[in-house]
Amino acid sequence: MVDQEAPASTVAADLADERLLATHGIGGYGHLMWNRLRSGELGSLPVIVGLAIISIGFYTAEPRFLSSRSLVSITQFAAPVGIIALGIVLVLLLGEIDLSVGSVSGFASAVMAVTLLDQGQSMVVAMLAGILVGVAIGALYAVLYTKLGVPSFVFSLAGLLGFQGALLYVLGANGTRNLPSDSFLVDFTRFQFVTPTMSYVLVGATVVVFVLAQLWGIRQRTAAGLSAPSVTLVGVKAALLLVSLGLLTWYVNIDRGWTYIWVFFVVLVVLMDLVLRRTRWGRHVYAVGGNEEAARRSGIKVDRVYFSVFVACSTLAALGGLLAAGLQTSVSQASGTNDTNLTAIAAAVIGGTSLFGGRGSAYSAMLGIIVLQAIQTGLNLIGVDSSVRFMVTGGVLLLAVAIDSVSRRARSSSGRG
Amino acid sequence: MSTSVADRAPAGEVVLSLAGVSKRFGAVQALSDVHMDVRAGEVVALVGDNGAGKSTLVKVISGVYEPDGGDITFAGRKVTVGGPSEAQALGIATVFQDLALCDNLDVVANLFLGQEQLAGPFIDEVGMEKEAWRLLKTLSAKIPSVRIPIAALSGGQRQTVAIARSLVGSPQVVMLDEPTAALGVAQTAEVLNLIERLRETGLGVILISHNMADVQAVADRIVVLRLGKNAAEFRVEDASTAELVAAITGASDNVVASRASRRSASTQTETHIESGEQDG
Repeated sequence: MVDQEAPASTVAADLADERLLATHGIGGYGHLMWNRLRSGELGSLPVIVGLAIISIGFYTAEPRFLSSRSLVSITQFAAPVGIIALGIVLVLLLGEIDLSVGSVSGFASAVMAVTLLDQGQSMVVAMLAGILVGVAIGALYAVLYTKLGVPSFVFSLAGLLGFQGALLYVLGANGTRNLPSDSFLVDFTRFQFVTPTMSYVLVGATVVVFVLAQLWGIRQRTAAGLSAPSVTLVGVKAALLLVSLGLLTWYVNIDRGWTYIWVFFVVLVVLMDLVLRRTRWGRHVYAVGGNEEAARRSGIKVDRVYFSVFVACSTLAALGGLLAAGLQTSVSQASGTNDTNLTAIAAAVIGGTSLFGGRGSAYSAMLGIIVLQAIQTGLNLIGVDSSVRFMVTGGVLLLAVAIDSVSRRARSSSGRG
Repeated sequence: MSTSVADRAPAGEVVLSLAGVSKRFGAVQALSDVHMDVRAGEVVALVGDNGAGKSTLVKVISGVYEPDGGDITFAGRKVTVGGPSEAQALGIATVFQDLALCDNLDVVANLFLGQEQLAGPFIDEVGMEKEAWRLLKTLSAKIPSVRIPIAALSGGQRQTVAIARSLVGSPQVVMLDEPTAALGVAQTAEVLNLIERLRETGLGVILISHNMADVQAVADRIVVLRLGKNAAEFRVEDASTAELVAAITGASDNVVASRASRRSASTQTETHIESGEQDG
C-alpha cells in the first residue's frame, strides 16, 4: 500500500498535497510572484526598481545619460569591478568577507605590468603571473582561515594594507607603468566591440539555448511524473528575453555596440550562476553558508569549500585587476586602491546577496555593479563633485543593506527563513 | 494496547550488537560493560536519567567516540566505527537532536546534502525530487512541497525531513536522539507514526527518549541505563511506568511507584480478569 503510485495519475507527484495552492497559467504565475514578494522574497526586484528610478532621475537632469554612447561606456567600465564583485558574492555566500579584493587586484596588475615591461616577458606570461598572484593570495587566506581560525575580516583587512604596500614595492620608484596600446589586454578591454551581425546572432543563440534548456527541463519533469511549467509560460519568458535583449542590442549598436569585456563579464556571471545552482560544489557553498555544522555532519568537506571559495575570490579579483589595468592602459600606485574594495563589496550587496550568508546569486554582482556605475556616470555627466558621489554611493549601500535586513525579517515572520 | 503489541510482526535477526562496551573520560567511567542488541524490524528504546550515558552510547555507535573496550557487531561482522561518515557507509544512520538541516535550502537539497545524485557534471534535480517524494511516501509524511526552504516547515515536518534524510543511504539501523523533545501533541504523534513506519520497513530503530509515554507507545524493548551500566531491560508489554521509573532512578520509593501501587491495590481484581482473558 505504501509503495503504490498516486491514485490519480493526472495529478503530478509534487502537486498531490491538498494544502498546496494551485497555480494555473500565466495569471497563477503572477499571483505566485506577488505572494513571494509579500513574504519578503524580494529577489532582484528592489535593484531593478532602483535602477529604473536612477535612470529616470538622471535622464530628466541630463538626457545624454541614456544615450547609446553612455550605456556602452557604463557597461564597459562596470565590467572589471563587476568581476571582482563576482568573487565577493562567493565569499558572502559563505557568510564571510574579503576587504582586500581592491588591493589584490592592484597588486596583481602591478605584477603583470612589471613582468611584461621590466622583465620583457610576453603578455600571456605576464597575465598568468598576475592571475597566479591571486591564486596564491586566496590559498594563503584559506590556510589562515581553516588552519589558524583567523576571522576573514581580520586577515582581509591585513591584506588590504599589506597588498597595497606590495603594489608600491613592486612598482618601485618609477611608479606608473603604461601598457603598450597595441597589447592584447588593452585592445581587448578598450577597442574590441561585437559587430552588429554578431550581436544579433548572440542574442538569437541565447534565446534558443534558453528555450531548449527549459523545454528539456519540462520533458524531464513530465517523464518523472512531476509537475512542469507550461510551455506557454516558457514562450512568454522567451519572447520577453528576445525583445528586451534585442532592443538593448539594437540601442547600443547605434553607438559602438557591446564591448568584448562586458560580454566576457556576462558570460562569467552566467557560468558562475550555473555552477552555483546546478553543481555539487555550488550546493555545498550554499549549505556551508546556511548551516556549517549541518554541512559538516552530512559529510561535506567544509574546509575544501572555504579553500575553493577564497581562492576563487582572490583569483577573480586578480582577473578584474588585469582588465581594469587594460581599460586604463596603465598601472599606477593608485591601481585598485581608492574605492575599488568597497565598490565591489557594495555591488554584491546592492545586487541582493545577503551579508548573513547562504542567500544570493551570481546575477547580484551584475545588477549591483550596473547600479553603482550608473550612479557614477550620471553624477559625472551632471557635473557633480566626487564628494557627492561618495555620499550617494554610501547612501545606496545603506539602503540596500536596510532592504536586506527588512526582507529578512519579513521572511522570518512569514516562515521563509 | 498490549494486544496490539502482540500482533506486531516478530523481529528479525540481530543487526547491531554491542557487548561489553566501555568508555572513560579521564576519571569518569561514562560507560562500563554495556550490552545491547537491535534486531531488524524492532524498536529498541534507550532510556535513562541525565548523565546515564545515553548520549555517550549514541556517539559510540555513530562513531563520534571510540570505545575503550568491548565489541560492536554489525550484520554479523565485528566492526570499528571510525567516524559519522563511516557509520553511515556501514548502514547506521543517526538523527541528532538538533537535526542539522540547512534553513536556506529546500527539502530536496537537505535530503540529499552531501550525497547529491549527479547527471553528468550537474545535480540531477529531477531524479532527486522523484526520489524525495518516494522516500516521503514510504514514511507517509505530510510535507506539502519539497521545493520550499526548510525554514518554512514546522518542527514536526523538520523532524520528518531529518528522519527521511537518514534513509537516503538505505541504512539498516536508524538512531533517533530525542525526536519528540521539542514537539507538540499532534507533531509528536506524527513522529511516532514515522517510527512505526521505519519498523514496518524492516529497519532496526534505536529510540533515545525521556518521554515514557512515547517509549511505551512505539518501542518493542526498553533498555535502561543507569550510571553508565545496564540497569534493566524490559519487553514493553511487561514494563509498567512505575517499574521503568524505578529502574531509571534506581529507587522504588518514588511518587510514581507509590501512586501506582495504591491504584493497583484498588483495581487488582479487575487486572486479574483482564490478563486471564488474554491467556485464554
